Amino acid sequence: MPESALAAALAAAVMASLNAYVLLGGADFGGGVWDLLAGGPRRDRQRALVADAIGPIWEANHVWLILVIVLLFTCFPAVFARLSIGLHIPLSLMLVGIVLRGSAFTFRTYDSQRDDVQRRWGRIFAGASIGTPVLLGISVGTIASGAVRVPAGEGFAEVFVRPWLQPFPLAVGLLTLVLFAFLAAVYLMAEADDPALREDFRHRALGAGVAAFGAAALALVLAREDAPLVWNRLLGSAWAVPVHLATAVFAVAALAAIWRRRAAAARLAAAAQVTCILWGWALSQYPFLLPPDLTYRSAAAPAVTLRLVLAALAIGSIVLVPSLYYLFRVFKGRPA
Amino acid sequence: MNDLLAARSQMGVSLAFHIVFAVVGIGMPLLMVVAEWRHLRTGDPVYLDLAKRWSKGTAIMFAVGAVSGTILSFELGLLWPTFMEFAGPIIGMPFSLEGFAFFVEAIFLGVYLYGWKRISPRAHLWAGVLVAVSGAASAVFVVIASAWMNAPAGFRLVDGRPVDVHPLAAMANPAAFTQTLHMVLAAYAATGLGVAGIHAFLLLRDPAHRFHRRALAVALVAGAPAAILQPISGDLSAKMVARTQPAKLAAMEALFETRAGAPLLIGGWPDPDRGESPFAIEVPYALSILAFGDPRAEVRGLDQVPRADWPNVPFVHLSFQVMVALGTYLALVSLRAAWLAWRRRDPADDRRLLQALALGTPMGFLAIEAGWMVTEVGRQPWIIAGVLRTADAVTPMPGLVVPFTFFTLLYVALTAAVVWLMRRQILETPPAEAWAAPAAAKEAARA
Repeated sequence: MPESALAAALAAAVMASLNAYVLLGGADFGGGVWDLLAGGPRRDRQRALVADAIGPIWEANHVWLILVIVLLFTCFPAVFARLSIGLHIPLSLMLVGIVLRGSAFTFRTYDSQRDDVQRRWGRIFAGASIGTPVLLGISVGTIASGAVRVPAGEGFAEVFVRPWLQPFPLAVGLLTLVLFAFLAAVYLMAEADDPALREDFRHRALGAGVAAFGAAALALVLAREDAPLVWNRLLGSAWAVPVHLATAVFAVAALAAIWRRRAAAARLAAAAQVTCILWGWALSQYPFLLPPDLTYRSAAAPAVTLRLVLAALAIGSIVLVPSLYYLFRVFKGRPA
Repeated sequence: MNDLLAARSQMGVSLAFHIVFAVVGIGMPLLMVVAEWRHLRTGDPVYLDLAKRWSKGTAIMFAVGAVSGTILSFELGLLWPTFMEFAGPIIGMPFSLEGFAFFVEAIFLGVYLYGWKRISPRAHLWAGVLVAVSGAASAVFVVIASAWMNAPAGFRLVDGRPVDVHPLAAMANPAAFTQTLHMVLAAYAATGLGVAGIHAFLLLRDPAHRFHRRALAVALVAGAPAAILQPISGDLSAKMVARTQPAKLAAMEALFETRAGAPLLIGGWPDPDRGESPFAIEVPYALSILAFGDPRAEVRGLDQVPRADWPNVPFVHLSFQVMVALGTYLALVSLRAAWLAWRRRDPADDRRLLQALALGTPMGFLAIEAGWMVTEVGRQPWIIAGVLRTADAVTPMPGLVVPFTFFTLLYVALTAAVVWLMRRQILETPPAEAWAAPAAAKEAARA
């Protein structure tokens, strides 16, 4: 395989892992959102459904993020190094969120079942479930706007704060949160046994789906100013129309399926919609992994490393795919 | 506190915190699997209950291990971007493999913890086996990467840049085998004897408790062999360090002058300025024998290293002494338990052994912390031995004392929560009557 194809394959693997993390891990964070917003006569049962849904799988889902990081520093070390410097603050805060979400969720499961104890851990779990996706989105938004930088004599704020504390990254943070909550609501609607509970999450899914339109529109408008590369490509490229079309079709299909209570179809369409948004972003900054200058070729590790990692991914998948299939069959095997 | 010290402190605190949970995540699945296997073989419900109760503690520890491990994988870049840019292509390979091992571990731990009623007992046991195997594999891969920092291989340095990179050669670095062996044995010894210590402590209060007697037996089966083998693995490690990292060995042994027939120093407080170690007991020729298997072998001292490139000698020496002392204690206690088992006597009937085990509960973990201090602090001022200095690898981000303080507070809070929850899990052990013969149960009811 020529070197540029190798690098492209591994860049695609990074994106595919991020995609899996968003669809699986993202929905676990979304579950935390619905834990916080649980309400009405079935409040406790909503929370129990969230806990049952994410309990057995959140740790496995979380490993996708580790895979993204590991692939990035092995195959595109310059990208990893610059991201780690420029996004030190949002990434550190995101880590705090990851730690608090996971540990508070586990502590809640195994601590006293008394209401006040459960509520205390629950609040940390839910709060962290909201903060973490926002910070992940902010980081992605900063990458897309090409503003990640390393210090070259400027002030602290100029390098470490201002690039990500901008309207566009914040809007991407909001969009990420809303999409995660949307995915979670759709999945939970499919997983709820009881019709009343299913209706609760159907309403939430509809609300989040509509909010996602709003958040996406906001991010797109702000991209014009803050992320011109993404803006121009999203509007002007040859592939832009088909990608927008696919996103729109899946988005409308998801809402229609939710409306008509077709939970399994809604789950598929929602996942496809979010996937289209993610790859739309990736295509819009192609060939840059980290605009304005680091491309998947210029930042790639030596070919021997890429080749070995690709082989490891292939062999690892032979173990991973059946294991994941088994996990989801055991815990999500009920027909929706 | 300058930024370099803050970054090193943050990394050190993060590693010291994570290693405890990582070790439990390697060791506990073995204990659970042994207990569950005994249940399937004997039908004794106590073993099943044991596996279930241990699995709750494991769930807590594993979750904290997973999230604290995530912190570390980010911190490699957040604190040492230059190091990662240099090392990623060379040594990222074992991290990628570790990613898959961690995947398998997390997947089947989910199956194990939540699948008691969903899958067959056999399938459940196999899920546990996969957690145990992949946990050990994760440890091997991560420690291979650490070993590479001590004994870098798989590239050539040209103008400060790596060329001729070969990730497999990097994985096969000279320190990889001994260091991974030492760490995996340490994980089983620390976890097995830590759990044995807790149950020994509870047995001292209630010697007839069947639950704790079974628990003690399983924990000793997992921990004692590793603790007995550990000194042998330690000897292999010492010989490897002598060969590949002379400065570290010199610091461990406070050997200021290169000499043939070097003595082994026990205790003492090395004074780098004067080049002596007051209060130390010298065992003549012992260091030459241990390091090279020859009483007259020359052992290189710190005089061969520029003074500015010495690691913190008193700290490394002391950490090494602590590790060896604790490891020796655990090996001796384990030998005693093995001797009793050999004589077909139940270790749970030996009160002095129970006391010794209870006293040893934290020792395996303390030995691991001390051992990592030797490895990591003993390599300073290098982040990649002889190749890249720690000071040149640190992030240009200023004010690192802020994240250091912040993450340290986070770890303190997590530690408090974990201690609280584990205490609760341990105290929740049902009274002995729950499994005792009906007669005894009646007696207990009357009392």
